Amino acid sequence: MKFEGTVLTLLGVFYGLMGAVYWIWSKDDTGGVMLVGALALGLLPGLYLLWWYRRSGKRLRTEDRQDATIEEGAGVISSFPDSSIWPFVFAMGCFMGVLALVFGTWFAFPAIALGVMAMAGFTAESRRGGDI
Amino acid sequence: MTDLIERPVSTSDGDNVDHGTETSHHHDHHGPTGIMKWLTSTDHKVIGLSYTVTSLIMMIIGGAFAEIIRAQLVSPTSNLVSFSQYNELFTMHGSVMIYLFVGPFAFAGLANYLIPIQIGAPDMAFPRLNAFSYWLYLTGSITMLSGFLVGGGAANFGWVGYAPLSSAANSPGTGADLWICALLLTGFSAIFSGVNLVATIFYLRAPGMTLFRMPIFTWNMLVTGILILLAFPVLTAGLIMLYCDRHFGTHIYTVQGGGVPLLWQHIFWFWGHPEVYILALPFFGIVTEIFPVFSKKPVFGYRGMVFATLTIAALSLGVWAHHMFTTGAVLLPFFSIMSLLIAVPTGIKMFNWIGTMWGGKVHYSTAMLMSMGFLFTFLIGGITGIFLASPPLDFFTHDTYYVVAHFHSVVMALVMGALAGIYFWAPKMTGHMMHEGIGKIQFWFLFIGTQLFTFPLYLVGLHGMPRRMANYPINPSWQTLNEWGSVGAILIGISMVLFLVNVIYSWKKPVVAGDNPWDGHTLEWFTTSPPPSHNFLSLPPIHSERPTWDYNHPDHLAIEHNHKKQAKKSAKASAASDAS
Repeated sequence: MKFEGTVLTLLGVFYGLMGAVYWIWSKDDTGGVMLVGALALGLLPGLYLLWWYRRSGKRLRTEDRQDATIEEGAGVISSFPDSSIWPFVFAMGCFMGVLALVFGTWFAFPAIALGVMAMAGFTAESRRGGDI
Repeated sequence: MTDLIERPVSTSDGDNVDHGTETSHHHDHHGPTGIMKWLTSTDHKVIGLSYTVTSLIMMIIGGAFAEIIRAQLVSPTSNLVSFSQYNELFTMHGSVMIYLFVGPFAFAGLANYLIPIQIGAPDMAFPRLNAFSYWLYLTGSITMLSGFLVGGGAANFGWVGYAPLSSAANSPGTGADLWICALLLTGFSAIFSGVNLVATIFYLRAPGMTLFRMPIFTWNMLVTGILILLAFPVLTAGLIMLYCDRHFGTHIYTVQGGGVPLLWQHIFWFWGHPEVYILALPFFGIVTEIFPVFSKKPVFGYRGMVFATLTIAALSLGVWAHHMFTTGAVLLPFFSIMSLLIAVPTGIKMFNWIGTMWGGKVHYSTAMLMSMGFLFTFLIGGITGIFLASPPLDFFTHDTYYVVAHFHSVVMALVMGALAGIYFWAPKMTGHMMHEGIGKIQFWFLFIGTQLFTFPLYLVGLHGMPRRMANYPINPSWQTLNEWGSVGAILIGISMVLFLVNVIYSWKKPVVAGDNPWDGHTLEWFTTSPPPSHNFLSLPPIHSERPTWDYNHPDHLAIEHNHKKQAKKSAKASAASDAS
């Protein structure tokens, strides 16, 4: 967790420095803004991971320790879905949505219907599924 | 249907049970079958295969466009296709290959299949999001190709869609809108894939699989995932603004309303240049897995490889405007320096690949030949790219066939990397070997075809022939060089036909591969071929970046990186956790 966070933070800081040099040197706002945006995209997840590492008492997870054995990691990892129709339904909704942008607003009606259906389905499935 | 997944049990060092036989005891998964299985599956292996097959179909479609283009260019006054059809063809050739083949094949096809297996995870971190991103990709592909069916034809402003050519006045018609909307869908698909890759690699590794024991392919996919998250949202935002310009009367990219056409180029290439590395890094990863296995050596300079990959990620965001040198409105020295710098980590990788083979016991399988072809072709593509990083040379060659030849060297190298990956991992995915003989013939057709196709284009570009022209001035030397290029394209086409022949042949006459046909190094070779549901029944102890090799060759264990420092650190950490 520590190293993951450090990598993201350092990448973000590098983009920030590069962005500062570029912005001052070129006075091009487009690139400057985008590079500073990249700074934020590195810092947000990076600092979050580091904060989480500190919060968990700087303890290394089994996957971060060189000497960890497979037995130490025994237990439930998480619950994983086996199959679900809702990703397909939701994507069809999105498909109809972009077709509405191209061919006409009437495509938006099936798009919204499919989207709402899929979101309801996703939520119900998450509540029902698994043992956690 | 949701399953709680527990960690697989360990296989201790002395235990010589053949773990392959245990699959029969494993319960088969209930759930839908047939087409419903494909529609509802959230298994990363099914999704990865769907991605791989779909993207290979896209490669064949895009390749067919390329063959028509090369047929048109055999003669300076050919009228095989009309000028507007030619514009549609080169636009859709580029779009299909870049957006629908190379990227999805690597960062969603092979990566989806392999990343969880290489790090000992049961699935991707967000399986349903993963399925969603596949369906977005498929519908996006259909949307883009359906441009050929509407009146006015497909998009015809080049795969870069430069403003103001892509405005409503200059490119009316639904084909252009379909192109924009297709990129919205595939863009979101890529962003979700990126999220999934990073989360999976950060959170689902097996115990002992530290970051510096991950296979280089996994490392490269992690960096690719981060770059996707940095680059793709920019493109998506740019496309939404382009759509607004076309339909809602905004003037973001048009001079008339106070907008700036150059803004599109900035936004597009801010995505477009990291995208080059999003495309290339997965293939770097593929060949880095293949060289050590067929040289019977560990990878040379593991840490150097990781460092180089991270450096490429860092620098890749600072080079976008080297595509825009001739606009006269960008900071030339900054982008020139950054573009030259990025050759350094790429060079480190080149030397590491050669160092991996150096002194090794090289076995020339098809996968290895393809990887060596990748090395050679990518070197040519890379070195000609260094010339383009120099503004004076770029002024001379910009928008000529020299640039076309440069990036076709690069992407044909990636195609060889893709085929290397297929030949290497097909036994794991299907349980059956690909035919090596046909594969080697295919390699030579592809390799010779590629060089025959690109070298004349470099020359014709240096003679000044501009790209994107259906007809060109009658000039004997240009015509001869174009004819040679077309011969190369035909050889590449034949090699792809041979690939299909090989797929069908290997399917009809299956040769059982076994779990570990190549004596592989990484975790995917430890499980069965194809892997069971949720991948592993047992895991070997992970003491280095080559756990399967260590398990199979206890006498030749891989040496750990900086093992002393790490041992001290983890002793300290475990003491601290005991105390608390």
